[in-house]
Amino acid sequence: MPSLKDLKNRIGSVKNTRKITKAMQMVAAAKLRRAQEAAEAARPYAERMHAVMAGLAGSVKGSDNAPRLLGGTGADKVHLLVVMTAERGLCGGFNANIAKLARQHATKLLAEGKEVKILTVGKKGRDSLRREYGQYFVGHVDFSDVKRLSYDDAQGVARDLLTRFDKDEFDVATIFFSVFQSVISQTPTAKQIIPASYEPEEGEETPSVNYDYEPSETQILADLLPRGIATQLFTALLENAASEQGARMSAMDSATRNAGEMIDKLTIEYNRTRQAAITKELIEIISGAEAL
Amino acid sequence: MADTMQFDLVAPERKLASEEEAIEVMVPGADGDLTVMPGHAPMLTTLRPGRLTLVTRSETHSYAVTGGFAEITPEGVTVLAERSLPAEEFTREVHDKLIAEARRVHEEAHPSVADLTAKLLADMEAMGTHMTL
Repeated sequence: MPSLKDLKNRIGSVKNTRKITKAMQMVAAAKLRRAQEAAEAARPYAERMHAVMAGLAGSVKGSDNAPRLLGGTGADKVHLLVVMTAERGLCGGFNANIAKLARQHATKLLAEGKEVKILTVGKKGRDSLRREYGQYFVGHVDFSDVKRLSYDDAQGVARDLLTRFDKDEFDVATIFFSVFQSVISQTPTAKQIIPASYEPEEGEETPSVNYDYEPSETQILADLLPRGIATQLFTALLENAASEQGARMSAMDSATRNAGEMIDKLTIEYNRTRQAAITKELIEIISGAEAL
Repeated sequence: MADTMQFDLVAPERKLASEEEAIEVMVPGADGDLTVMPGHAPMLTTLRPGRLTLVTRSETHSYAVTGGFAEITPEGVTVLAERSLPAEEFTREVHDKLIAEARRVHEEAHPSVADLTAKLLADMEAMGTHMTL
């Protein structure tokens, strides 16, 4: 049976915890709003890019001289998994879910006899994959100093990927990130970006316009494909940032609620113990008086 | 035929400009400047660093773009520029920084793309004149 003083201390410490989680929840809420705005602002560019690429890709598809970024290397041997997670924890299952999806993919590919390479973006995913797949790591991108994700950051990652691709380090690249659906729901997603697959979205008609190309169609495509990859990475990074804050917000919300419940329980226990002590003292006094 | 068209200038991080009643748009295409007017044949062109001018009924706006591409349809122009800013904000410092960056890329570039980066650098330098610095 804990003493009164112990209980008081515990109540005090849980109250402090609740203050911290509450503050973190509010910070996450503010950051989430900013992350969502950034994702919103990036959407028009990504959408136009997607539409143009879908049209272009459709018109060169099947031709023999399709660029390697679109047609692939012709092999399907080495897979590069780009695992994008957060730099920080305390955000519920966010990092774990992405890592889990990546792990499933890696296991499946290895079982098929493929070669796997892993590039991690964000510290948390690296930490959770290191033990099992540490030997497949080929690189890491650190965003812990980055306050606001900019397109340049995405471009840096894209450039890294393209250099590796040019050196024939891999055949297929897949990115793992979380799509932001709502504060309580983020879906971990895998998306293949090299070779690029630009399927027109559901319900969207492939533009049947015949464009004039300047300089040439192939040159434009060669110019656009790297941009398309950078754009996809940027979109994924922004989605991820919003998801992270959303996940943290709901995780901290339930932490705050749990702390509240715990305080209630501890307070009841504290009052009971106090009451018991008083009753005990009273009995002692009364029986003492009776004995006289 | 409509005498105005839609004009959009979008960067990866935000939408920079949107104008429903553009009369003409001057685009610095990779193979030379071109002016787009309503009803232009559909085309796709890459951009070189330069000045993009938008003319509406009442106003004229200029933007500095450093690359990207433009999608032109009879109904409008969509410019997807990686970096772009209104001409008023394009100062000598910004320009110097861009030149320095282009030069660095050129110096580090693989010989196979040296021609391209040299062109980019030259375009970047010429941009100062276009933007009348």
